[in-house]
Amino acid sequence: MANEDSQQVRPARRRLVEVLLGGGVLASVVSFFYPVLKYLVPPAVPDLGQDEVVAAGVGDLKPNGSKVFRFGSRPALLLLTAEGEYHAVSAVCTHLGCTVQYRSDMHVIWCACHNGTYGLDGRNISGPPPRPLENFQVNIRGKEIVVSRKRGA
Amino acid sequence: MTLAVCALACASRAQTANTCLDCHSALDPPLQVTEAQFSQDIHEQKGLTCASCHGGDPTKADMDAMSKAAGFRGKIERSQIPALCGRCHSDGNFMRQYNPGLRTDQFSQYQTSVHGKLFAKGDTKVAVCIDCHGVHDLRPASDSRSKVYPLNIAQTCARCHADAAYMKSYGIPTDQFAKYGTSVHHEAMTVRGDLSAPTCTTCHGNHGAAPPGVDSVKNVCSNCHVFQAQMYEKSSHKAAFQSAGLPGCVVCHSNHAITHPTDAKLGTGPEGVCMQCHSPGDYCDQARKSLLASLTQLDQSIKTADRVIGVAESSGMEVSEARLQQDQARDSLTKARVTIHSFQPKLIDEDIEAGLKISAKDLQAGKDALSERDYRRKGLGIAVLFILVTLVGLFLYIRQNERKPAGG
Amino acid sequence: MKILRQARNWIDERFGWSKLTEPLRHKTVPIHKLSYWYFLGGITLFLFGIQVCTGILLLMYYRPSANEAFESVQYIMTRVQFGWLVRSIHSWAANLMIFTAFLHMFSVLFLRAYRKPRELTWVSGMILLFLVLGFGFSGYLLPWNTLAFFATKVGTEITGQVPVVGHMMMVLLRGGEEVTGATLSRFFGIHVAVLPGLTAFLILIHLALVQRFGMSLPPSVEAASKVNPGVVREMKFLPNFLLREIMAWYIALGVLGGLAALLPWELGTKADPFGAAPAGIRPEWYFMFMFQTLKLIPSKILHIDGELLGIGAFGLAGAIWVLLPFLEGQREKRGGRLIRGAGVFALCYIVAMTIYGYLAK
Repeated sequence: MANEDSQQVRPARRRLVEVLLGGGVLASVVSFFYPVLKYLVPPAVPDLGQDEVVAAGVGDLKPNGSKVFRFGSRPALLLLTAEGEYHAVSAVCTHLGCTVQYRSDMHVIWCACHNGTYGLDGRNISGPPPRPLENFQVNIRGKEIVVSRKRGA
Repeated sequence: MTLAVCALACASRAQTANTCLDCHSALDPPLQVTEAQFSQDIHEQKGLTCASCHGGDPTKADMDAMSKAAGFRGKIERSQIPALCGRCHSDGNFMRQYNPGLRTDQFSQYQTSVHGKLFAKGDTKVAVCIDCHGVHDLRPASDSRSKVYPLNIAQTCARCHADAAYMKSYGIPTDQFAKYGTSVHHEAMTVRGDLSAPTCTTCHGNHGAAPPGVDSVKNVCSNCHVFQAQMYEKSSHKAAFQSAGLPGCVVCHSNHAITHPTDAKLGTGPEGVCMQCHSPGDYCDQARKSLLASLTQLDQSIKTADRVIGVAESSGMEVSEARLQQDQARDSLTKARVTIHSFQPKLIDEDIEAGLKISAKDLQAGKDALSERDYRRKGLGIAVLFILVTLVGLFLYIRQNERKPAGG
Repeated sequence: MKILRQARNWIDERFGWSKLTEPLRHKTVPIHKLSYWYFLGGITLFLFGIQVCTGILLLMYYRPSANEAFESVQYIMTRVQFGWLVRSIHSWAANLMIFTAFLHMFSVLFLRAYRKPRELTWVSGMILLFLVLGFGFSGYLLPWNTLAFFATKVGTEITGQVPVVGHMMMVLLRGGEEVTGATLSRFFGIHVAVLPGLTAFLILIHLALVQRFGMSLPPSVEAASKVNPGVVREMKFLPNFLLREIMAWYIALGVLGGLAALLPWELGTKADPFGAAPAGIRPEWYFMFMFQTLKLIPSKILHIDGELLGIGAFGLAGAIWVLLPFLEGQREKRGGRLIRGAGVFALCYIVAMTIYGYLAK
């Protein structure tokens, strides 16, 4: 190949290479930084939900009503007594693991599987359950009802 | 030899004078009662002595202890045992001194039992107090070594009730223990250690042991299985079984061999129960078929969703929320199976619909997870493409630069 | 480009930037048929850089307490945008880095680049290799899952077997007698502060030494070039060799991304300190050869505890390995052959034991 030809080919070729290289670098760098930037933005639920969870909003529950919500990886029960007191307990029956429910007629927490009964504080009253339900702390933070694991002694 | 041992034993005696053991610990059975044995006995621990039941004078050494004058009775005849035990255990004032919470109606209950009734007629083969509770090393029922500790009760009953030769004259089956061994209740006790699980006495009573009447079987089961009983109560089968004199729950679930019920109970195979009464092609058979079909449908739907979620999970996707919801779907299936006892297809279908909705949502969640996975792979593909372009660019750039003559 | 030149001039007038980079501009790399091995060090360094970046990102969300560690990693993988990518890249790059570090060490050994005057480069490199293994061991526990918990338990237990100081070492590592949340705190501190500091320092020394002595020529190439000078040509580091290195790094990036998306790193189940160890507990692959060796050693050899002997043997081997350049001694030819033999033996042993460890139940 004559030198003149190669001189003529080069500018176009050079630009192609520049475009490929520059474009490739830019595109790949963007594809690296895009995830990093998105990563740094806090997700919608900023906390782990392991030790503390917003179970409901104030006014969601009617007196003598209840709600099953997710706490960590297990169901939990939030109930509001007729007198206006909130209670939160684990909803996993200590007998064989069925999900318990609040019986508004009997004012107890009840397990449909084998007729186990618990008090509102989770204490096992009658039937097969061998242990009480784990009790949680309920706090009201503004308009939110926050359920957290009990701390301290 | 015996005397020498007795003399040695005399050297180390307990507070409550109980010289009987001095000799009787060294004797051979059936006269043997050792210190080790008797120290385990709840009566001994409460301060009673051999003389409390056998009479005699426990403070005297040697044969003087067994004086008729002091009320020594020797071996208690079987026919006298319930009355002897009842002498204290039915006396509320007496028992209050030791344990005010203990019931004192055991003897009167016993008299209502099958054992008690036969005993009153003079049969001494039937169970008396010591047959179940033991003697000389009698432990409270809360002691795990006691013969009447919940986990041990079935074995205690089976000592007679599974012995075909012993039970020959009574004309009742002796396969209850074997059958119970196949049941879910037995499994709950032995495998899960669930002390609340039913054993013989839970359904038959302990002191007032008798089979529950045909009409009251349901009451026994309903103590734990509340929902099933409530539904059965309102169902067509209750009236039908009652008028036919059939024992409620036992008809389909058996009394002792209460195995884990499966959907096969609704089928036509050996486990199927419906066709034992109903005729093929009739209204109930149709209902049964459609019921079985719906249950199978829900079961399959849950399993399919599980599978898809499993694939997504093993591809690295997070599906814990869906898994939790699957538990709800499974709860619906359980509820549907409970609602069978209402024998009302409409009610059962409600539960099945609820379950199907949940499992459909979970299936969708699993599919969404899979498509998210595919989206990530596409994203990766694009990033790899950019990298490849850059690599090609770099390669060409290097080649281009180094093609220049050296020094240029 | 003009603005870049202006910026460079501004810095140069104040800091003498050109004087600093002068040696770098003259630096050349010998190119011959074995030159590809020169990339390994750079790739290991690049992977370390990736680890620092992804590690810092993970630090934004990770919580180092026994209560929350597992959940925080789960949170990263499921709720944080691209958290799955960052975490999987971190885990994969860790393994790749250990692999390339070993490969780099063996290639330096077989190409005999540890000889005078590069003895300290080798020593600093060996220390870096141990630090990298420490990174692997400490980082592995951080997700606080069952496998990691029990692997750490076994690993620290073995440390406890060292005579005299073993128990103290184990207690210091574990932050107590048992593996607990205290261990997690300690490992976390070691993993994100102690080791990075030490590693950064040693990398600087290692790179400075490499700069000082330049790239070594393998003896075979050296001999060949004496006969035929055309066998070796010198390539400028800036920009030519560096561009090729960047190509290698880009390939590594692509591989990492592919691994993260196609073979995401598992999370497992949360550790239960009171639960039973799952069957088939074993360490990560880079410790497998030692683990398998210890399993095979009989419990007693001539009245000495077998495990102790095994640990002693590996300790001795490690010490010898660090001091390899000094052991070659005066008789270069014989010493060299011995070391090459030892290298071949070590490589084969490690590979065989690792494979064995995975095949054995």
